[in-house]
Amino acid sequence: MGTDLEVNDLYLYYKTLKGIVKAVDGVSFSLKNGEAMALIGESGCGKSSLSRAILRLLPRNTYKYDGVVKLDGVNVMEFDDEKFRKEIRWVKISYVPQAAMNALNPVIRVGDQIAEPLIIHLGMEKKEALEKAAKMLDIVNIPPDFINRYPFELSGGMRQRVAIAMALVTDPDLLIMDEPTSALDVLTQANIMNEMKDIRKRMKLTIIYITHDISVSSELADKVAVMYAGEIVEFSDAENFFKEPAHPYSKLLLYSVPTLRVDREPIFIKGQPPSLIDPPVGCRFKDRCPYRFDKCDEHPPVVPTNGGFATCWLLEKR
Amino acid sequence: MSSDRLLEVSHLKMYHVIRKGLLGGKFFIKAVDDVDLTLDRGEALAIIGESGSGKTTLGKTILRLYEPLDGKIIFDGRDVTHISGKDLKRYRRETGFVQQDPYGALPPFMSIRQILEEPLKIHKIGNKEERLEKVYKALEEVRLTPVEDFINKYPHMLSGGQQQRVVIARSIITDPKLVIADEPVSMLDASVRVEILRLMESIQKKYQLGIIYISHDLSTTKYFSNRINIMYAGKIVEGGPTREVIYNPQHPYTQFLINALPDPDANNRFVKRDVPPGEPPSLINPPPGCRFHPRCPLFIKGVCDKEDPGYTYVNGDHFVKCWYYEEKR
Repeated sequence: MGTDLEVNDLYLYYKTLKGIVKAVDGVSFSLKNGEAMALIGESGCGKSSLSRAILRLLPRNTYKYDGVVKLDGVNVMEFDDEKFRKEIRWVKISYVPQAAMNALNPVIRVGDQIAEPLIIHLGMEKKEALEKAAKMLDIVNIPPDFINRYPFELSGGMRQRVAIAMALVTDPDLLIMDEPTSALDVLTQANIMNEMKDIRKRMKLTIIYITHDISVSSELADKVAVMYAGEIVEFSDAENFFKEPAHPYSKLLLYSVPTLRVDREPIFIKGQPPSLIDPPVGCRFKDRCPYRFDKCDEHPPVVPTNGGFATCWLLEKR
Repeated sequence: MSSDRLLEVSHLKMYHVIRKGLLGGKFFIKAVDDVDLTLDRGEALAIIGESGSGKTTLGKTILRLYEPLDGKIIFDGRDVTHISGKDLKRYRRETGFVQQDPYGALPPFMSIRQILEEPLKIHKIGNKEERLEKVYKALEEVRLTPVEDFINKYPHMLSGGQQQRVVIARSIITDPKLVIADEPVSMLDASVRVEILRLMESIQKKYQLGIIYISHDLSTTKYFSNRINIMYAGKIVEGGPTREVIYNPQHPYTQFLINALPDPDANNRFVKRDVPPGEPPSLINPPPGCRFHPRCPLFIKGVCDKEDPGYTYVNGDHFVKCWYYEEKR
């Protein structure tokens, strides 16, 4: 079906012994029905936390959880937990967690695992659910009779496809995938990406796709969001982003990718991302930024760019 | 043989033994099966392969962490294939190893100083002061400076990139001639990878080290190696100067591999990639002849499935092991 998605001022803080971790710190973006967004950033920038915030999969030490998440105009943040669980999670929004292929239950046949959300969330009969599961396997290019196999009988790429089938079986509107190919070999990764491209043609879906691999992000993304230290520093359509990103961090990130077909000596970004407990005041990237100037000590404005927006003082028109 | 030659491996075989079933039937995983390679002083060679292609076993066998089943390893003019005792210890001193997971490679209960001193103590290099001096020098070499800030820390207090620097410092502290780096950056963030590889490159140039990079990532190795060998199911299928292999790949497997790797480009989402059918074979019972033949679009019946293809030289040092080219000649 697909859905419009609007995220507005979303916050997710965790409380730890060392202090409050500002993992998602005022994030806003929106996607149209059927668009796929790649969420990129270094490890620890809060990209997985953002997906958990949208799915409301919160750990016990959650300190602040606030903001607006609208699916087709309906703010699901107003739903109580029970309603959210029944009507949203795995019904409207589903999820392929990181290392999903290793998260399958080893003693349950894959068909039963794929059918489970149908039985639990949609109250389907087991027989009907298994038929649907077999159909889903076919969509992800696994022979349907594999529903009777156990996870250990499948290769890594096949297990990852099972995890994707499991997420798609309830016909969700929004699919969130966390590093769906990072543990896979090059050819398997290309295979899964081919399948995702097919699936996008067959089912209308809005996709958020988390990855640290910028080359792979371009395989699916219509939109790209770059996250740094809990904030989205640039949001852009793919054409503009891969040609000429606006934010200095995005630029460095893109130029740190070694390219195979073009000769361009890859560069690296000096230093490390800041701690999310005590991030720098003003622009959080300023300590690593080659263009830093005095304005950067204040929080940067959201500036419209050719492809979307970026938060950087350099881009502000004087 | 030129005197620049540091390492010469020929017909190397290393099978892992596994036992299956109660009666203890013996099976072999033919992880490295008839591999030849050479490495010059100061040269960086990349071995590229998917998981399970035997590339790690190859690296470990060259380092003599495994005993080869067959073949020869000539290091610096000496045959090290089956050495033991004192000779092996000397070989250990002359070689270094960088593993994939830096945190797993560092003992958590030892300080950085202890970690770096240990190889020196084992090989009885220098007295206490000289050893400390060497530790300082190694840490400066990997740019963990000021050294005082790091030397007494424990591995968990460092970031992934810093841990990998410690592993690199440890691998070069005995002044080896050869370092084998097994996926040295695959656990690190993209922004840090290039920094670590540049560091290894500068050390390599400075000391004329021979480096073997073992990796699955062609695009990274393109910038950090002189030559590439492509490994598939326990065998090397193509090799040559890095740019030759990447811009003019000959083996169907190499071509698929290069085709499957995206560069950042917004048009990628509109194209599907050409991927060979099936999956790499089991190394317990690999297909006869060329091991890629069941997945190969150029498969010649009665040829590819009978015997192993030999070397065909394409352009200078660039070779491919494929019947298609041998038949064409």
